[in-house]
Amino acid sequence: MAERLEVLKTYKTYVGGKFPRSESDRTYRVTNPKGTHIANACRCTRKDLRDAVVAARTAFGDWSNRSAYNRGQVLYRIAEMLEGRKEQFVKELELAGVKEKDARVEVHTAIDRLIYFAGWTDKISQVFGTVNPVASAHFNFSSPEATGVVGIIAPDKNPLLSAISMIAPVIASGNTCIIVSSETNPLPAVSFGEVLHASDVPGGVINILTGYRSEMVDSLSSHKDVNAIFNSIEEPETRKLIDENASISVKRTSHYSPDDWFAVEHENPYLVLEFMETKTTWHPVGF
Amino acid sequence: MSDTISTNQPVDKTTNGSPKPTSPNSDLKFDFASFWEYSAAPESSDFVEIDPKYNHFINGEFVAPVKGRYMKSINPATEKVLCEFAEGTSEDVDSAVKAARKAYDKTWPKLSGKERGKYIFRIARMIQERAREFAITESMDGGKPIRESRDVDVPLAAAYFFYYAGWADKLEYAFPGRKPKSLGVCGQIIPWNFPLLMLAWKIAPALATGNTVVLKPAESTPITALKFAEICKDSGLPEGVVNIVTGAGQTGSEIVNHPDVNKIAFTGSTKVGKIIQKTLAGTDKKFTLELGGKGPNIVFEDAPLDQAVEGIINAIFFNQGHVCCAGSRLLVQEGVADTLIQKLKDRMETLIVGDPLDKNTDIGAINSKAQFERIQQYLEIGLNEGAEMYQSSCNVPENGYFCKPTIFTNVSQSNRIVQEEIFGPVLTIQTFRTPAEAIEKANNTPYGLASGIWTDKGSKIFKTGQSIRSGVMWSNTYNKFDPTSPFGGYNESGMGREGGLHGLYPYVKF
Repeated sequence: MAERLEVLKTYKTYVGGKFPRSESDRTYRVTNPKGTHIANACRCTRKDLRDAVVAARTAFGDWSNRSAYNRGQVLYRIAEMLEGRKEQFVKELELAGVKEKDARVEVHTAIDRLIYFAGWTDKISQVFGTVNPVASAHFNFSSPEATGVVGIIAPDKNPLLSAISMIAPVIASGNTCIIVSSETNPLPAVSFGEVLHASDVPGGVINILTGYRSEMVDSLSSHKDVNAIFNSIEEPETRKLIDENASISVKRTSHYSPDDWFAVEHENPYLVLEFMETKTTWHPVGF
Repeated sequence: MSDTISTNQPVDKTTNGSPKPTSPNSDLKFDFASFWEYSAAPESSDFVEIDPKYNHFINGEFVAPVKGRYMKSINPATEKVLCEFAEGTSEDVDSAVKAARKAYDKTWPKLSGKERGKYIFRIARMIQERAREFAITESMDGGKPIRESRDVDVPLAAAYFFYYAGWADKLEYAFPGRKPKSLGVCGQIIPWNFPLLMLAWKIAPALATGNTVVLKPAESTPITALKFAEICKDSGLPEGVVNIVTGAGQTGSEIVNHPDVNKIAFTGSTKVGKIIQKTLAGTDKKFTLELGGKGPNIVFEDAPLDQAVEGIINAIFFNQGHVCCAGSRLLVQEGVADTLIQKLKDRMETLIVGDPLDKNTDIGAINSKAQFERIQQYLEIGLNEGAEMYQSSCNVPENGYFCKPTIFTNVSQSNRIVQEEIFGPVLTIQTFRTPAEAIEKANNTPYGLASGIWTDKGSKIFKTGQSIRSGVMWSNTYNKFDPTSPFGGYNESGMGREGGLHGLYPYVKF
């Protein structure tokens, strides 16, 4: 019997719950560390980014209005789906030169991280909300709620784990996001889109783009309908560019470039709070 | 009270053509203005000493500016000069930052939380002791009615210090799972609308968390900050913990740009806030911004209208409308629009505009000539945009900067007077049919600081409140502040919260 020829996957993007190619039809070569071709990935443009922001903004109302319980279940469902497909992700990481054992740890950690943040959705406002004992005859309470549309700039390192570590705290509170994936290995992020598609995540809540960061960071961080940027790129020029662009519309920025994405410190509620606004409501007390 | 009510409208129809109201008293009109002549009731200011010349407060001493330049602070109600104050240059800012750094390295964060708290308690008490002096000074320097500075600004300023004093030795309870550390030297730049209160919002949480401070008050209202410096001295606060440098925008810019400042806290316009954010790009300085607003004040047709009218008046005319969270856009449901607007006009007639030091005054002086001219420009813009302007028929003093309470009807969402912050006693009025339309209009500006909802239906309050993107949601009330209550904006109204437990976050790291 002749050896069966494997069917290769065309890697596309994930925007608004669909899998479009870049509107530009451009692709770029993704290779393993030895330089061997693995796949062609979409080389997204400013236009793709703007489309993704529209999708994220459209999805924001529904997602942020879901009950915290429901969002927790959806996050948990993502973890379930990822668990079922973990072999695919292990192989995809191996393709890019990661040792099988390391790839397996990365996938496992990513799944567990999703579970961690799934559990925060209905606790964050209990732990960080307050009833404020004002001196006047008013009932007054403060509760955190989602900031809006968050642009995520993912690192190259540990492309699956880092992407999930950045996405999970952002969407847990009701934000929607656009993620600019790892440039050197965007494949796990794109495949993660397939997991999302099968996980009850409404289209547009997570939008995954691939391509050259240098072609997207500027547009993403200057887009006025993006409320916050979660950036993992340490380069001072990139940080400065993001911060400067953010000032156009008083965008929140959070720079986060850990050396070790496996560390348990990345599991904390302060990452969720980073992309939340505190709303304080007053009402008179009286007959 | 009965003789203050006149039945000057025919019972069977209303003047504005709306359907006959069902409430037995709704055809009665309060007409204080023609019944009562108010005698002047000025607050005596003879015991208040304002020095002819103020210097910076650096390292526990009042020191003359290096370049020897001074600016003038003007009473906006009389246009007379109250005093001169130092214009801070980079040299002054640098010595203030050095003093703050020294205090940070040597003394302040090394004290126990309990001892820090006791200093802050002392400060709170000393503000209370000198409350009347501060209130009068605030009204003279900034033009706000004495009733407000006496009953709101100064007591609240003391309350903020009192509240944060108590946090100083309890910080480990504020951040679950984290040990907070102070940041270092905080550069703080505050506006002219609530000079002493904004100082309290900035300095109290900074000191409680172990930081030291370089604060710049606004150039039109520096006096209470300099009197506060006297309190720092009198309270025995270690030298350099609080430094006050006066000056205008350039002085503020020197603080923002100073390399040894760890954090910037700014309250002011969105325009300047954006410049500060851009300036800080790529640095490790933390910052919080409390910026402009264009607060929607939504009145549903089931709202208690008379209460709502009081709320609307308070929302837009409190402090001459110089309030970043002012309810400057009234959104009223169509069915009650005519009635409400008539009631609002009637109520506006009773507002007394004039001498800030008069205890009867409702609306004092516009803070500065520049702001007065800016408001006048917006009135012209509104008229040019086709809006209908209504002003109360009150008299305003000949000298000083005064603006009659003003409302604009027949405006649309895209009008500049609807989109842009005027920062004066100017209200725009739009109508809506459905809650969805109200929410859409409410959210349709770049801002998101505060909003108001008026309805008798609780579920409507929560649903509307959830959907409106603003940091403060006043339901069936407006313009209420409290040290325990976090305040701050969404979107272009800024980032970070001041007040309450949440107000500690911007001053710590983990």
